[in-house]
Amino acid sequence: MKALLALEDGRTFECRSFTGDGETGGEMVFNTGMTGYQEVLTDPSYRGQIVAMTYPLIGNYGVNSRDVESDRIQVAGFVVREYQDFPSNYRSEGTLADYLKSQNVMGITDLDTRALTLHIRTAGAMRACISTRVLDPSALVHKARSLPRMAGQDLVKEVSTETPYKWENGRPVFLKQPVSDMDETVWTPGGGRYRVVAFDYGIKYSILRNLERVGFEVLVVPAFTTAAQVKQINPHGVFLSNGPGDPAPVTYAVETVRELLGYRPMFGICLGNQIAGLALGGRTYKLKFGHRGINQPVKDLQTGRVEITSQNHGFAVDLESLEAGNVKITHINLNDNTLEGFRHREIPLFTVQYHPEASPGPHDAQYLFERFKKLVEETDA
Amino acid sequence: MPKRTDIEKILIIGAGPIIISQACEFDYSGTQACKALKEEGYSVVLVNSNPATIMTDPEFADSTYIEPVTAEIVASIIEKERPDAILPTLGGQTGLNTAVEVAEMGVLEKFSVEMIGASLDVIKKAEDRDLFRKAMEKIGLRIPKSGIARSLAQAREIVEDMGLPVIVRPSFTLGGTGGGVAGTVEELDSLVGAGLDASLIGQVMIEESVVGWKEYELEVMRDKNDNVVIVCSIENLDPMGIHTGESITVAPVQTLTDREYQVMRDAAIAIMREIGVDTGGSNVQFAVNPADGELVVVEMNPRVSRSSALASKATGFPIAKIAAKLAVGYTLDELPNDITGETVAAFEPTLDYCVVKIPRWTFEKFPETEDTLTTSMKSVGETMAIGRTFKEALQKGLRSLEISRFGLGADGGDRKNLSVDDIIEKLVTPNSERIFYIRYALEKGLGIEEIHEYTKIDPWFIEQIRQILDVERELAENSDNLTPDRIRKAKQTGFSDVQIAQITKRTEKQARRIRYDFGIKPVYKLVDTCAAEFAAATPYYYSTYETENEARVSERKKVVVLGGGPNRIGQGIEFDYCCVHASFALREEGVESIMVNSNPETVSTDYDTSDKLYFEPLTTEDVLHIVETEQCDGVIVQFGGQTPLNISEELHKNGVKIIGTQPESISRTEDRKLFAAMLKKLGLVQPPNDTAVNVEQAARTAREIGYPVIVRPSFVLGGRAMKIVYNEDELVSFSKKAITASPNHPILVDKFLEDAVELDVYAVKNDTLYIIEVNPRASRTVPFVSKATGVPLAKIATKVMLGKTLAQLGVADDAWRTNHVSVKESVFPFNRFPGVDTVLGPEMKSTGEVMGIGSCFGEAFAKAQLGAGQKLPVEGSVFISVQDKDKPDVVKIAGRLREAGFAILATSGTSAFLSSKNIENRRINKVSEGTPHVVDAILGGEIQLVINTGSAHGSQRKRDGYKIRRATLGGQVPYATTIEGAHAMCNAIMELKKQSLSVKPIQKHYFLP
Repeated sequence: MKALLALEDGRTFECRSFTGDGETGGEMVFNTGMTGYQEVLTDPSYRGQIVAMTYPLIGNYGVNSRDVESDRIQVAGFVVREYQDFPSNYRSEGTLADYLKSQNVMGITDLDTRALTLHIRTAGAMRACISTRVLDPSALVHKARSLPRMAGQDLVKEVSTETPYKWENGRPVFLKQPVSDMDETVWTPGGGRYRVVAFDYGIKYSILRNLERVGFEVLVVPAFTTAAQVKQINPHGVFLSNGPGDPAPVTYAVETVRELLGYRPMFGICLGNQIAGLALGGRTYKLKFGHRGINQPVKDLQTGRVEITSQNHGFAVDLESLEAGNVKITHINLNDNTLEGFRHREIPLFTVQYHPEASPGPHDAQYLFERFKKLVEETDA
Repeated sequence: MPKRTDIEKILIIGAGPIIISQACEFDYSGTQACKALKEEGYSVVLVNSNPATIMTDPEFADSTYIEPVTAEIVASIIEKERPDAILPTLGGQTGLNTAVEVAEMGVLEKFSVEMIGASLDVIKKAEDRDLFRKAMEKIGLRIPKSGIARSLAQAREIVEDMGLPVIVRPSFTLGGTGGGVAGTVEELDSLVGAGLDASLIGQVMIEESVVGWKEYELEVMRDKNDNVVIVCSIENLDPMGIHTGESITVAPVQTLTDREYQVMRDAAIAIMREIGVDTGGSNVQFAVNPADGELVVVEMNPRVSRSSALASKATGFPIAKIAAKLAVGYTLDELPNDITGETVAAFEPTLDYCVVKIPRWTFEKFPETEDTLTTSMKSVGETMAIGRTFKEALQKGLRSLEISRFGLGADGGDRKNLSVDDIIEKLVTPNSERIFYIRYALEKGLGIEEIHEYTKIDPWFIEQIRQILDVERELAENSDNLTPDRIRKAKQTGFSDVQIAQITKRTEKQARRIRYDFGIKPVYKLVDTCAAEFAAATPYYYSTYETENEARVSERKKVVVLGGGPNRIGQGIEFDYCCVHASFALREEGVESIMVNSNPETVSTDYDTSDKLYFEPLTTEDVLHIVETEQCDGVIVQFGGQTPLNISEELHKNGVKIIGTQPESISRTEDRKLFAAMLKKLGLVQPPNDTAVNVEQAARTAREIGYPVIVRPSFVLGGRAMKIVYNEDELVSFSKKAITASPNHPILVDKFLEDAVELDVYAVKNDTLYIIEVNPRASRTVPFVSKATGVPLAKIATKVMLGKTLAQLGVADDAWRTNHVSVKESVFPFNRFPGVDTVLGPEMKSTGEVMGIGSCFGEAFAKAQLGAGQKLPVEGSVFISVQDKDKPDVVKIAGRLREAGFAILATSGTSAFLSSKNIENRRINKVSEGTPHVVDAILGGEIQLVINTGSAHGSQRKRDGYKIRRATLGGQVPYATTIEGAHAMCNAIMELKKQSLSVKPIQKHYFLP
């Protein structure tokens, strides 16, 4: 079905919808990964965004029920050069088109996605609309301009879980009692495992899979959970998750983290890194077009080693804003020298901007979960 | 950390002659390495026997030894040069094996030479199947069940446990020589026998068959800080059971989820660490069970390979260059990514296009061999194509192959009247045309699942082919109603104008006209390593049909150089060498050089060889688009061999300015009638000849001229479909073939000058100088002559085309004078083609060449032989059997050999003749006389040299000769088929007896006072 993609700056692309009739809007971004589209689709950090895959052939291996990073598709729309409706993989359970359709997410194809990428790279990530109903370029551009801007929006509240849950044997087990009623008894008696409270700002399942893998008992709590409530639950460690959009408006989370600084060992990923940065007095800013892909080189400044990392963020912590504090920059991005990780010099806290849980992407940084475990052990000892 | 300063001089081992499984990719990698190390200020010593390489140009190394790549020679170079380090990972398997041998001789230790890039232990761990299996088990990876056999009996024992089918792989060989899949005990015996012979260490691996599993490759790089990156992932369209060099391959992987891909990535990295490749690139191959995703490791190459050349071109990441820099101590994060200029090499390239590589076979050169593909490599070259879709890349790749195809069928070249059984047969047994048979199968209504059953090719690829056919059908059904949408769709699916014309019953010109009227032209996109995330500094382009064109057209004077396309017999690295020189010359003259080529193995397709690179098929259509986009000042067609010449006339007709020899002149030399007229006008003599357009006419002509005659089509290269025929029967059967090989041109019948001396373009017989042919283009001889004399002919030619005079270029009449002798020897692929006679004729069969330089002919010849893999004996027995007219001549040779201590064995006639001349000899049975005969003696190792003339024709002699030739091939016994050859060998042997071979860099040869 004929469709149109319109960017807020007036650029439009004729294309075709492979998911039928529809209209959607969001921030137009691109992802350079050649594999992992299903993980991308279900990553809550893409909330509010239309994602274009730079690799042209998408859909090749279909979709399955296991390679998901949350309980649903999160992107606002999906853009590919040539949609593949004939999946071939022994794990495939269906086509990408059917998957998108089943959750009313639009997918478009047959457009010059490289031109689109070049445009975003030069002009920056921007608002966009896709429609099969409005095919008049100026009308759709107008619609794109009327969307809210990414900066300043709190998207965390849209994706964070309302109900706390335990992560057990690779799946969520929702708890009946609200966080406000919880205390230490929420943990498995005599479970023998270290206990972690994970703030859900839009957490990816693979983070939980990894926390469980290294031996944690994991309790996922809503983003609004207060410091007092966490202390009531009395975990061994606190985890700050990834999540969508701009960290600045998520003031409640920043406040909570500030109160929890030094309370227990803390590990943050992506938005969690930014929230910790803000809690420590740093600043965040919007990157021109962000880092979205699975080939980003990150250098560990302590060891000199380079990790190839999975990334998905449009905002970053201003490196200089942190240098004054009691913070040590531990990781930088070799492409653009932006901040990729830091640790506190005195309290047990470390964070990374990239995704050690990968999914999609390389496993080079998975050891960070072990490092967190070790930090918890040492602090507890 | 900076580069190492404790080493100054580094020896690089080249790959030697072009052979099957070692083509010009190692010139590409070696050239990059030489440049990279020189750039860092190291003194580079290079050894390579192949004169047709850019790397052996004098400016690429400080000391360049065009000497045989053997352990002994390398040892003498080490003794002479005293390098601090040796880099063995850039010269293919030859480089690696030679380095291992040199190390085991104790030479490295003796002269304190460090092996960098990969140590001896690493090489052994990766190459020895037993050690490799143990290493994989240690890190929890599985390789197919296997056992090592050193004898036939052992092999059978192993198979009893494992069950058939099994794969037989000889250890330490090139490209899987002698390997294959054995389904029966008989097949097992024959494969094991051949494998034991081919293995340098006399062992074969018997492996559990994973035939039909999906095959993948990862190109991995590691630096000394243990940073590891995957440069490229490759999925083989043809599943396990077919050598990866014989497979159509695709980058990146298409049918793996990220989870599965990451498991493979983790495995590749673990393998790098366990094998211990400290610095540099490796290639790791995996097989995946399509039913359950089970992963097994197939093999790893701890060196730069054919796949890494492909990966470099597919991604823009220069693996060999980076490998060289890592070897001297840099880390990946210290090296820039040249393509972006702003990021570093520590990253993983990401593609926003699809790359398809297709092998190029030359089964037509070896009609006695079956066109089937196995685990042993037979292809002689490859082509790569880039498109935004797989369909586009596949069709571009097929039209790049230079097999008169313009896509996946519908181009006038499809086979007709095939039965379903014919098709199934071709699907089940892999062969060079299988991709086309998938098309035929779909046309006949076979389903994707069924075709998958027969081929084991992933259904995803078959579906892509089905989609190509869909577009074709849509076009055919609307041939009277061609809309812009339909044409655009066809172009985006990779259809050429030739195909569109064929499908819609138009001429190519008409089809193009319609398309241009619709305003549908390709755009050019950049290969930038990063899917447009960063700006690209390097202009490396491919075409596609989309909206935004990224070609940056300059205002400078610019010239397009057309490359040679895929390597094949008759058109090899020599032409790439010339193209690269043309490009260098243009740059030296301040002219923008624009390279067009489709061969990923070459130096010409390196992104920094020319000012701009278009990785495109070399068809009229594709070249016209580039010329139109670039608005260039001219096109050079003389250096890419026959490929660009074939389209020069069409280009010219379309208003393209051809620089240098004009298409009319090309016609004058290629069209034999015009050529004869010209020679007559100039008062020059040609052997009696005539042209014929059909078989009857050819027969009549031959009778008039008198046998033997040479029959050949016009407009072909490398003696394709050329043959000497001695009687009418042969003539008739061969003329038919010749007419097929070049359908629109007449065939030529020339008097064959027996026993004449060929001086390249002339022949002399009885003091009459005959002109045989003139090639108005660069020929295979250009690099050899350039290397022999130090005069860069192709560069000079380019500058002359630009308007310079020879005087201006300082080329003097005596530029050619040298104090040394250079001999070129050809290298043949007969060991790859069981059952093929090794006898030579006008049809070219060699894949490559070596050069030997010496102070006298004997030494140069001996080196050329050694470089080509023929070790001339200095003692032992010589077998002599010559035709009557050669008998007087052979007396002298036999006498000298006898005097030098050789025993002489001869067949009855020759024996009697030699005895009559008082030359001591022993009579030995001809094959036809029964055992024990000469072949038994050769196979038994009793004969070290064979001189056997006149056995190429005449039925009994021919049959005997064939058996002798195959035996010498198997036993690697040097073999002379002409008296001239025997004389040369004799001279070389005398020289070898006098002294051991000396080595000398070419820089010293040229600059002698």
